[in-house]
Amino acid sequence: MRKMFDGELDSLREKLFYMVEQAQHSLKMAVSSLQQQDENLARKVIEEAPKIDELEYEINNDAIQLLAKQSPVASDLRRIVIAIKVSSDLERIGDLSENIARISLRIGDKQLVKPIEEIPKMAEVVQEMLLSSFKAFDAEDVRLAKEVAEKDDLVDAYYGNLVDELTMLMTTHQQDIHQLTQLQFVCRHIERIGDHITNICENIVYLVTGRMYELN
Amino acid sequence: MSAVATTKTVFNMNDLNLWYGEHHALKNLNFSIYDHEVTAIIGPSGCGKSTFIKTLNLMNKTVPGVKMSGEINYNNQNILNSKVDLVELRKNVGMVFQKGNPFPQSIYDNVAYGPRVHGTKKKQVLDEIVEKSLKDVALWDEVKDRLKAPALGLSGGQQQRLCIARALATKPEVVLMDEPTSALDPISTLKIEELVLELKKQYTIVMVTHNMQQAARVSDKTAFFLMGELVEINDTEQVFSNPTDQRTEDYITGRFG
Repeated sequence: MRKMFDGELDSLREKLFYMVEQAQHSLKMAVSSLQQQDENLARKVIEEAPKIDELEYEINNDAIQLLAKQSPVASDLRRIVIAIKVSSDLERIGDLSENIARISLRIGDKQLVKPIEEIPKMAEVVQEMLLSSFKAFDAEDVRLAKEVAEKDDLVDAYYGNLVDELTMLMTTHQQDIHQLTQLQFVCRHIERIGDHITNICENIVYLVTGRMYELN
Repeated sequence: MSAVATTKTVFNMNDLNLWYGEHHALKNLNFSIYDHEVTAIIGPSGCGKSTFIKTLNLMNKTVPGVKMSGEINYNNQNILNSKVDLVELRKNVGMVFQKGNPFPQSIYDNVAYGPRVHGTKKKQVLDEIVEKSLKDVALWDEVKDRLKAPALGLSGGQQQRLCIARALATKPEVVLMDEPTSALDPISTLKIEELVLELKKQYTIVMVTHNMQQAARVSDKTAFFLMGELVEINDTEQVFSNPTDQRTEDYITGRFG
């Protein structure tokens, strides 16, 4: 019984890791599509978004089956519960990446009011966080999970500064208010991705320690 | 090992040891059982669960070659003291076994047996005791019109409920249950579990079970025994969500046992 159960838990874990990879990929492409004003790349992100949604559905389904069939307890139970929660955060990251790609399409190839260096820097922090949270999950490393969550402060700082800067630009570039608003949305989406990664880190800590913490 | 003392202590085990001849069956047990709670005892076969539960009403004194040391304090009195009144103890600490074992008598006489032995003779008083006990186990409605019928004519689940009623008839403080549902079908099992949840409002219950889901569903505290030792005792939610000892985790997740 245990061998079969272990096999099913491994399968759930692999699916979750695959979902992390897909979310990372989607985020990277979305930010690149904006930076390079590449409409084809943006459309690719949008086309591939349902794949991430489908993975969440599958993981939820698999987890529920395991709960029903195996009556898991202790670390097995925590592992299955966090699979459900983490897949939900990853699905939101996928949606937010798609939103960034859609904004990229809306802006199109119009001249950007100002080269947006800070936005890719903010995105880079978040991409790094997602990658590290994946490592923390794989190694069940509480220390690393907490470190990743702390980086969200940096993301929030970028967000605050960028929103202010873009708002200031609206006063001097009134004809570009639409574009500047869209860029503010991009910042907001990236900031929310940071929050979702923090949630993932909290779930890693819960998996290992059995205790819930607010990490940020 | 952790214990959360928030209510009255009914049993307190202090360095309790038990030997069957040379075999050291219970080793240095130190823990307490609290009032109006269900304490589940879990562990693999041969770990000492049934041996332990039988110390609480000294049933194991009937086994030749048994030796015990340490203390079992029942309401602050050490029952390992040779002066203890066994009859009085077993009146207060009743027991239900794995397989229902009604006497080959009527339903009524099964329940009335204990009170009669303890000196209750008046029919009206016995009638009241029998009715209350059978109502407490949700059996009254099913048998009230055939109290003189043989108890052995009842179904397995009904017989087990009758045995619980029989134990309750002497107005015990504690009811010990040694795998009370392992011989029953799932529906009878659930009925007994519901009964246990009701009974704990009036009694203290100690239950040995092989069924971990049952322990998780029904008990307030869970104690994990392994090779005669108490590995861990804690609130049931804690034991089943985040046990402190790796051996407990390995057992309840099925990695051994």
